[in-house]
Amino acid sequence: MTPALAFDLLLIAALLWSAARALTIADVFHAVVLFIVFGLLMALAWARLSAPDIALAEAAIGAGLTGALLLDAIGHLRAKRREPEQ
Amino acid sequence: MKVWLTALIALLCSGLALALGAAMLALPEFVVRLPGQVTANLVDSGVAHPVTAVLLNFRGYDTLLEVAVLLLALLGVFALSHHASGHAHPSAPAHPVLQTLAQLLAPLMVLVAGYLLWVGAHAPGGAFQAGAVLAAAGVLLGLAGLLPAWAQPGVLLRGGLALGLLVFLAVAVAGLPQGELLHYPPALAGALILLVEAGLTLSIGLTLAGLYLASAGWRQ
Repeated sequence: MTPALAFDLLLIAALLWSAARALTIADVFHAVVLFIVFGLLMALAWARLSAPDIALAEAAIGAGLTGALLLDAIGHLRAKRREPEQ
Repeated sequence: MKVWLTALIALLCSGLALALGAAMLALPEFVVRLPGQVTANLVDSGVAHPVTAVLLNFRGYDTLLEVAVLLLALLGVFALSHHASGHAHPSAPAHPVLQTLAQLLAPLMVLVAGYLLWVGAHAPGGAFQAGAVLAAAGVLLGLAGLLPAWAQPGVLLRGGLALGLLVFLAVAVAGLPQGELLHYPPALAGALILLVEAGLTLSIGLTLAGLYLASAGWRQ
């Protein structure tokens, strides 16, 4: 087994694992972190498929900005949930 | 009962996946060889990178409409956030470490965005990637409380948001007398694409950052 093939297989396994965990995990914050991890791994996969343009866009928009938006939404939801208790 | 329903749904989903796989395998050979056509016409496109040539020249129409959709999305956020901006309280100042870090990183990110924009002519890069880096810088500065302009977007900010689409539209319409929309003369194509991409980078950066920052009014 060449190192490149081993890396690709590892990448596929990590992609499937992070995708499955992001969908099944109960805590929303963990799900978002797993989604960001999935985006970064996906960017690596695009780079391995010799599509560096898509890899750049995936890393910047898919993982970075979408992740920031989702984290912001969580903060928004938690602040809203805390308000009625006060 | 519930188990049976789940099993039925799983069965239907598997069937759909199998049918899709079979349909993909049964697809006829591609008649049109697009990569070959792009390579053959790359000389006339004004850029040396095939992806940029397709996005900004051969299929410029798609990119033009994409940018319009982005702007419309931000207008939607503005319409929503305007609603509650009257109740907005000034947020607490951010941690000084975060502020210093943002101040150090932002110029570097602007530099990277400029590099990505310039390198897009002959290597992976371009307006969308450069705009995304610019937007990340904007979000970072916004989180550090260093971008108060988004609380009440002024004329300059709104102009910057529309600039990319306006430049793109102007370049597209300027080609009309020669025959068709979005037809660049080959001698000027490189310069025109760089002009359009520069405008797009600024507007995409502001729009993506704005999607995040403009909702600050109704967050508090």
